[in-house]
Amino acid sequence: MRMGRRIAATFKRTAIHAGPTVLGIIVLDFLLLQLMPGDAADVIAAESGTATAETMAALRERFGLDKSVFTQLVNFLSHLATFDLGFSPRYNMPVLDMIMTRLPSTLLLMVTALSLALLIGIVLGSIMAAWAGRWPDRVLSVVVLLFYSMPGFWVGLMAVVLFSVKLGWLPSDSSMTIGANYTGWAMIADRAAHLVLPALALASFFVAVYARLTRASMLEVQRQDFMRTAEAKGLHPFVIQLRHALRNALIPVTTVAGMHLGNLLGGAVVIETLFGWPGMGRLALEAVLARDFSVLLGVLLLSSFLVILANMVIDLLHAWLDPRIGVS
Amino acid sequence: MSTPDLTTPLPVTDLGNRAAPRKGRRLRAFVRNPTFVAGAIILGFVVLVALFADLLCPGDPQDMAGPPLLWPGDDAEFPLGTDSLGRNVLALLVHGSRASLLVGISAAAIGLAIGMVVGSVAGFFGGWVDTLLTRLIELFQTTPTFLLVVVIVAIREPSLQTIALAIGLASWPTVARLVRAQFRSLRESDFVVAARSLGYSRTRIIVQEILPNALPPVIVAASVMIANAILTEAGLSFLNMRDPNVVSWGGMIGDSRDQLRNAWFLTALPGAAIAATVLSLNLVGDGLNEILNPRSDP
Repeated sequence: MRMGRRIAATFKRTAIHAGPTVLGIIVLDFLLLQLMPGDAADVIAAESGTATAETMAALRERFGLDKSVFTQLVNFLSHLATFDLGFSPRYNMPVLDMIMTRLPSTLLLMVTALSLALLIGIVLGSIMAAWAGRWPDRVLSVVVLLFYSMPGFWVGLMAVVLFSVKLGWLPSDSSMTIGANYTGWAMIADRAAHLVLPALALASFFVAVYARLTRASMLEVQRQDFMRTAEAKGLHPFVIQLRHALRNALIPVTTVAGMHLGNLLGGAVVIETLFGWPGMGRLALEAVLARDFSVLLGVLLLSSFLVILANMVIDLLHAWLDPRIGVS
Repeated sequence: MSTPDLTTPLPVTDLGNRAAPRKGRRLRAFVRNPTFVAGAIILGFVVLVALFADLLCPGDPQDMAGPPLLWPGDDAEFPLGTDSLGRNVLALLVHGSRASLLVGISAAAIGLAIGMVVGSVAGFFGGWVDTLLTRLIELFQTTPTFLLVVVIVAIREPSLQTIALAIGLASWPTVARLVRAQFRSLRESDFVVAARSLGYSRTRIIVQEILPNALPPVIVAASVMIANAILTEAGLSFLNMRDPNVVSWGGMIGDSRDQLRNAWFLTALPGAAIAATVLSLNLVGDGLNEILNPRSDP
């Protein structure tokens, strides 16, 4: 009961806090994109090659590009209130539809990469902390620092050379075998095989981040009074480390995981392009190259919302992990 | 991209002690720290190569120098082989170090400048100024950094200056948070109260009194920021968002993607160069952290 109230209080606080951030992001993204040279009408005109000044004006009028910046922002906001992210002149499709067709792929990739990074990172970090200063810690520290320093897309490319080109174990392009029309388990196995390399490439940097952080926080926790108490109670060292040390060390790790979610989404732009993964990140790059503001704005917005949402979830998680949070 | 350890402020308990110049002892601490020394040696090598690139490999590295796709060791004239356009890979690598270091250092400088101004103002004044600036920091931290960089580079032409500016503009929140936390913990300390009672101006207290004492974690952050800026630049160049007239390691990887199956060394070598440079900066950062913050590890 008390736990429920605490979590509800935390939820209310974070929800109130998120409101202005959401509005700020909308305005910031909109202003950034206003700074772009050329608009969607220019792009369509350049592609058709036969646009006259009249057709350009007609295109601008149709998409509301001839209005003042402020009017465009007000228009955008009022559309947003009804979950309308606008219309992509370039693809002749509503922006929300375009993003929604790409969102599941990106979410699958991100959730897999984040889970892998957290799992491997926490395990490595705990091992390093348990043997701090001795050889398992030194060897792993070097390995982790190497992964911390390698560009994720390069890790991906090297993995493609090894696992796709040399060994032929894993596919390196797209998110499924095109035209194979698998069903049931065969389909799941096919999708999973396509997921391995992009997820590992995206996770590599973050494995290093979480491993380093887990090691540092585990060592920090060892000096706390409650650890001595647990030891004095005669608990098994393994139980102490798992239930008392790791549980507390998880708070900074999850906080940083939430802060890095934006970076993970950013990293997905490169990884998705590299592996031909049909996700939101690749859509963002396509939109930049096509100068399609409405799509880019939609991707930026939705990614930021995802980050805010994830951080709210993490705050709730903290309220559950640490009884001291949310009491006031 | 930010490092986790930097978001928490360092303890300020022995700052008065640290402020006293004991150059000899501190120098010895640097030399004795193996992490720092290893990083400094690799970094020094990369910097030397970048400085003397024209002497080491004279001429335009983008020129065709020999037959295409020679493997390393095939021809003594091209110790690291040639790419699909017959360019000397060694010359490309040597000249590519300039773009990485230049973008890394200038982006970090821009990010540090913005972050230090925002962080110190927010931390020193507190109140509504702090609330407003903290929201601004949060806003920028919520936006995916790499996407933001891509957008800013897309607004202008992808030159080295634009790329550095974009990375700097996207990376300042980490420093701002760090400096803000330092200022908040130092704001009420004795030497600041003393400076206030002497009637020093706010600017003088911020710049001359608090800032020097808030610097140690910022110095650690700086090396990590350069490292992350180099990684971001590599990603951008790989996506072909780069100055076509400048050789860059990320661009070399992007150019050689089609040769991944038959000439993977063209991808491996520039990637290894990036990793070595970034590793050296991270080692320097870790070393500095151990020296300036001795409590952190047993």
